[in-house]
Amino acid sequence: MTATTSSGSGRRSLSDDPVTRAIAQAHSPRVSRLGALALPIAFLGLFFLWPVGTLLWRGLSDGSGEAFTSGRTWTALGTTVTLALAGTVGSVLLGLGAAWALYRITWRGQAVARALVTVPFVLPTVVVAVAFGALLRPSGLLGFLGLDQGIVPIVAALVFFNVSVVTRIVGGTWASLDPGTTIAARTLGATRWQAFRHITLPALGPGLAAAAAIVFLFCSTSFGIVLILGGTRTNTLETEIWLEVKQFLDLRVAASLALLQVAIVALTLAVASWAQTHRERALRRTRVDGTRAATRSDLRLAVLVLAPTALLLGLPLVGLIERSMRTRSGWGFSNYAALLTTPERSNLPVPVWRAAVTSLEAATIAAIVAFSLGLLLAAAITRARRARILNAIAMLPLGVSSVIVGLGILVTLYRPLPGGLDLGDPRLLVPAAQAIVALPLVVRSLVPTLRSISPDLRAAASTLGASPRRVWWLVDWPLIRRPTGVALGLAFAVSLGEFGATSFVARPDHPTLPTAIYRLLSHPGIENVGTAFAACVLLAFITAAVMMVTERWRGKEVTEW
Amino acid sequence: MVTGLEVRDVTVTYPGTPPVLAVDGVNLAVAQGEIVGLLGPSGSGKSSLLGAIVGIVPLTSGAILWDEVDVKNTPVHERGFGLVFQDGQLFPHRTVAGNIAFGLEMLGVSRIDREKRVTDALTLVGLEGFGSRRIDELSGGERQRVALARSLTPRPRLLLLDEPLGSLDHDLRDRLAMDVREILEATGSTAIVVTHDPDEADIICSRIVRMDRGRLS
Repeated sequence: MTATTSSGSGRRSLSDDPVTRAIAQAHSPRVSRLGALALPIAFLGLFFLWPVGTLLWRGLSDGSGEAFTSGRTWTALGTTVTLALAGTVGSVLLGLGAAWALYRITWRGQAVARALVTVPFVLPTVVVAVAFGALLRPSGLLGFLGLDQGIVPIVAALVFFNVSVVTRIVGGTWASLDPGTTIAARTLGATRWQAFRHITLPALGPGLAAAAAIVFLFCSTSFGIVLILGGTRTNTLETEIWLEVKQFLDLRVAASLALLQVAIVALTLAVASWAQTHRERALRRTRVDGTRAATRSDLRLAVLVLAPTALLLGLPLVGLIERSMRTRSGWGFSNYAALLTTPERSNLPVPVWRAAVTSLEAATIAAIVAFSLGLLLAAAITRARRARILNAIAMLPLGVSSVIVGLGILVTLYRPLPGGLDLGDPRLLVPAAQAIVALPLVVRSLVPTLRSISPDLRAAASTLGASPRRVWWLVDWPLIRRPTGVALGLAFAVSLGEFGATSFVARPDHPTLPTAIYRLLSHPGIENVGTAFAACVLLAFITAAVMMVTERWRGKEVTEW
Repeated sequence: MVTGLEVRDVTVTYPGTPPVLAVDGVNLAVAQGEIVGLLGPSGSGKSSLLGAIVGIVPLTSGAILWDEVDVKNTPVHERGFGLVFQDGQLFPHRTVAGNIAFGLEMLGVSRIDREKRVTDALTLVGLEGFGSRRIDELSGGERQRVALARSLTPRPRLLLLDEPLGSLDHDLRDRLAMDVREILEATGSTAIVVTHDPDEADIICSRIVRMDRGRLS
């Protein structure tokens, strides 16, 4: 992007000294800064800190320890860790090859391939789960493999999601590695493989570790995938929480499980943050353009390493579309026609199109809220002295799983509050919960962009007579406009597909598209399943369209989200 | 009555353990029309002093006066002091003309007047016809000329230049130094030029002040 300025190029300027910079930033008017922060902090406090805090407090103050003596809990814990490890290993193996093919070497059509690899990450979990189910069930395209039971479909779906995370993070590192060291190793007699093993792989280490940690985090908090593909047999902490609440109506045990889940996530986050620090240090050390045009043998290798990823990413979607067209009387669109009517033998009280409208409304509100608050937070994080604390608060919802957010809101806000205030309206709570889930992603995508604007550039505008407000509108805003489009699209896509929190908060008579799909699936019957497939295609289509539009906005810039 | 700038007993301390005393009780007066060179090695506190005068670095103690009015608590954008950065800090999303017009827009100058004054400014710094260029099409020397034009155009009552030629190579520096002097004189500017190059200071400035370890000598 064009906003890169000269700090770090070794030249001295007024703000190169961190102390000077801190003071210059602190010098901007305090009052307006605090005012701008009040809104996001209040929002986070009401819809996140209070509900989640209340929930965890319940878990802590439950003296019975029932959850911790139950065998189910430890089975679920073991499953959570096993699935997350398997998903991480799979994502790293596939992502490593894809990172090389998509970022280290260059070839025509690469941009499209990169964009295609990104799409799965933002696809709704419900869609992906249903797609893998459709692919692997006995009547599906790969039904002959007999893999529809057990953890294979779940792990495959987890890898489906996270391969793009590894590709982007490792690809960014790989593209900036100095190729000279590899060449040096080759001249010393190393084979291509030995050079990779002894030179490239260690250099990628920090990036790989950072990617693995974050993928482990995503996998261990994955809810929709496990709920839909695991059925009643495979339970993680997340789905166990859901079961306790929805089937056994036991909030105490659910709260204790939430506590356990938060502990796992905190541990993972600590590792992730440690790896991230190392990665940033490694990136600072060697930042060259290490990409090269692909040779013929490169291309052969690229096809080889991309093929499994392409199959993994493509087949489920093909399978899903195929299944959505399959009807009682051969092929046709009757499943799609069924989206317009209220299903007869199911527990879905509205037609799917109503749920789609509900989803679009909620996601629009959630995206605008998450985007506006995220912008305020990101602006404050880049300027404030206590940026680390603020950053940590903004990132918290990323670390606390959406199931816990949803459950927290359910137990605290779904009842009249002191002062006759009633927030228990799902039209308010659904977008609020989705905005909480989307907020950290928005902040994470905006902060690096805002950081890339030199404080001196803002100082230059000030000395030319621009008030802080005008500095924002005339300097910051034009420079971040494109990336903010991406952040807005991301917030919208995430809100649209949000399932974990929404499944607790949305009322049965007012479902969103993902919760409607789940309800259709939970009431077997060929029509219901067919309708669910069609609904999934619809949801995937809307999400992919949104991301394709924003991906065009982004231009060439590479970010991890 | 003292006209122009008066820096009275200014101290700048950066918090930390231990705190860093960057500017240590500096007194300095710059009369209107004077071009003062602030000469000293790097780390001597020149830039901190400049930052304190322009208002982007807070004072620990002391006062900054213009025509005997303390401007210490006046926000940066209302002080009317211009600053030319070492590396230009041109706005990458604006053209050359857009950069130069920025200060005039802040003053609410009409579009027609803006265009005229931008054209004049471009002529002044020897960049006629560069108005519609993008910033990334400019050479280092051209960038600094644009930076100078941008800071001069709103007619600041005081212009501060922080190593304005510091990022350029040697030959270019000598030539540009002459130009800067002529431009500052032609506009009747009051200016402080920070530099660590005595030759450059000799060419541009009418008076030279030396700074070392936070004090003037």
